[in-house]
Amino acid sequence: MLDVKDLKVRVEDKEILRGINLSVKAGEVHAIMGPNGSGKSTFARALAGHPGYEVTGGQATYKGQDLLEMDPDERARDGVFMAFQYPVEIPGVNNAYFLKAALNAKRKHLGLEELDAMDFMALVKEKSKVLDVDEKMLQRSVNEGFSGGEKKRNEIFHMAVLEPTLAVLDETDSGLDIDALRIVSEGVNAMRSPDRAFIVVTHYQRLLNYIVPDFVHVLSDGLIVRSGGRELALELEEKGYVWLETAPAGARK
Amino acid sequence: MSPVAERHDTYVADADLFARGRGLAAPAWVRDRRAGAVARFAAAGFPTTRLEDWRFTNMAPIAASAFTLAEGAPRHAAQLVAGVTVPGAVRLAIVNGQFAAGLSDLSALPKGIRIASLRDGARDATDGLETHLARVFDVETHPFAALNTAFLDDGVAVLVTAGAVVETPIHIVVVTGGDGTPMVAHPRTLVVAGANSQVRIAQTFVGSPGEVYFNNAVIEVVVHEGAVVEFYTDQREADTAFHVANIQAHVEANAVFASHAFSTGGRIMRHDIGVGLKGEGADCTMNGVYLADGDRLMDTHTSLDHAMPHCTSHEVYKGILAGRARAVFNGRIIVRLDAQKTDAKQTNRALLLSDDATINSNPQLEIFADDVKCTHGAAVGQLDEDAMFYLQARGLTRTEARDMLLHAFAGEVLQGLAIPALREQIEATLFDALDRDVREL
Repeated sequence: MLDVKDLKVRVEDKEILRGINLSVKAGEVHAIMGPNGSGKSTFARALAGHPGYEVTGGQATYKGQDLLEMDPDERARDGVFMAFQYPVEIPGVNNAYFLKAALNAKRKHLGLEELDAMDFMALVKEKSKVLDVDEKMLQRSVNEGFSGGEKKRNEIFHMAVLEPTLAVLDETDSGLDIDALRIVSEGVNAMRSPDRAFIVVTHYQRLLNYIVPDFVHVLSDGLIVRSGGRELALELEEKGYVWLETAPAGARK
Repeated sequence: MSPVAERHDTYVADADLFARGRGLAAPAWVRDRRAGAVARFAAAGFPTTRLEDWRFTNMAPIAASAFTLAEGAPRHAAQLVAGVTVPGAVRLAIVNGQFAAGLSDLSALPKGIRIASLRDGARDATDGLETHLARVFDVETHPFAALNTAFLDDGVAVLVTAGAVVETPIHIVVVTGGDGTPMVAHPRTLVVAGANSQVRIAQTFVGSPGEVYFNNAVIEVVVHEGAVVEFYTDQREADTAFHVANIQAHVEANAVFASHAFSTGGRIMRHDIGVGLKGEGADCTMNGVYLADGDRLMDTHTSLDHAMPHCTSHEVYKGILAGRARAVFNGRIIVRLDAQKTDAKQTNRALLLSDDATINSNPQLEIFADDVKCTHGAAVGQLDEDAMFYLQARGLTRTEARDMLLHAFAGEVLQGLAIPALREQIEATLFDALDRDVREL
């Protein structure tokens, strides 16, 4: 589904990613871990097409297309979703109204009929149960005045409604208490399917107790320095990231 | 003598011709008020950028053009009126400054309201026009209103009986244009809302597309004790037009006046909107959205005169500027010595969508009382790129994302527009204008 080869990304004048290689197949969950400043979030944002992240080398192929040539909205309509680390507050834009516009943009792209307000609300009711999203959150302005937990729940709620093919979760666990973490994880787990892949970016192993990954990759200084199964995350938890700096670069997946 | 001054002499000569011709039939008090205004305009002439109130707005293109006094109706008047029809409303058409009964529709006229053409109303002493016409504003401080008054002849009067609650919206459609030659019209509206009455009035300015004309409107509103008047202005003149409008209101004790002005048209626009809070407990809302694109210049000067204690005012103006457009916003609030416990709030925000667009934003607070609450805020910014990316990352195109953000920006003011059909028209115009000139974004 996604093939990333030697991806290099610069932010302002600094090269953050120095050659990322990653292959993600449908149905898989990949965790990207690493210390602060290792480039985890840069990787997520580059996949989503953030204009501030300049790709200076390498390739990314998504469902056979050149992902890097696509605008952020084209990527989204074609099934790429990023849950933001810091969801943006947009005063005056109603959350439900925006989500309906986003869903219909995608449906139009797929050649499906656009949903009217009634059908949309029915869909929203169904999806909101799992994520403990109440009516009030939908009728407020996008993320405006939301608590940290509400913002993250709202991101996963958007994901549930938009049903992406490739979901990138950028530190979705940061700022969540244990209950919110469980709710968010249940939302993600409910969406796991053979047709869908996840890239879960996180600093902490904790999230991976709830969302169990198939593969774990460790990023350090803009490179994937370790890849392995779930046990790699547990090893990191035990030893911390310091251990990476002394160990030799391991085999890549 | 400079060419500009010569033009101003031309206007004075035209006013003289008018007074001895078409204007001769008016009652003596109308002729007197005209003569006073002519004298004032003859002495002061067109305002120049040397005057503080006109510092950023050069009216020389108007002063230098040879506009002749409009007569008759433009060819497409009926079509222009049809394009802005508000279903269910009482429609009053003013074509080139004259009340046009043929294009008006009074079939929905409810009880408690009287409509008169100014010409007829002025002759009929029982309408009491003499008390208010050309009395709500001061010709000394409004040169263009003086010029309009110099040609005082026709227009519409909306007179609401004391205690009447008028549910049906009154829609005044002002059509201006000729058949090719640059012309000037001086449309005029007078609204008098009797004590404890309520009325909702909208005024739409349209003109012949592609034509160079100068529309110089004056609107006077008197809101008697306890009355509520909502007044909407939809300025959608032709892109080639010059549009000047003076909206002046007197608001008595415990009365409410709300002005909502939406501006998308004209090559040069100047709005002077002034409200005098003349009785205790009066309340004023003064809101607006202006969208200037291309080479437009849009100047809004508002003035709130808190003359009495315990009055409140709320003012929110939002500007969207694209292309090489320029805007001026000057928000004056006067709180007089006696106006204790005044509560006045003013906000002006502008979004610049291009590097070449500019705005001069100036709050002007003159406070003479000591126990008052007065706040003002001005902010000029660009579209929030983080928000743009967020919306795009969920699948909206850049244009869709931008429209959503602009809609949110203007939404606060648009929401106050209580006539749904008019709001739809205005929203559609705002976004058409964006499509036209902001495509490069």
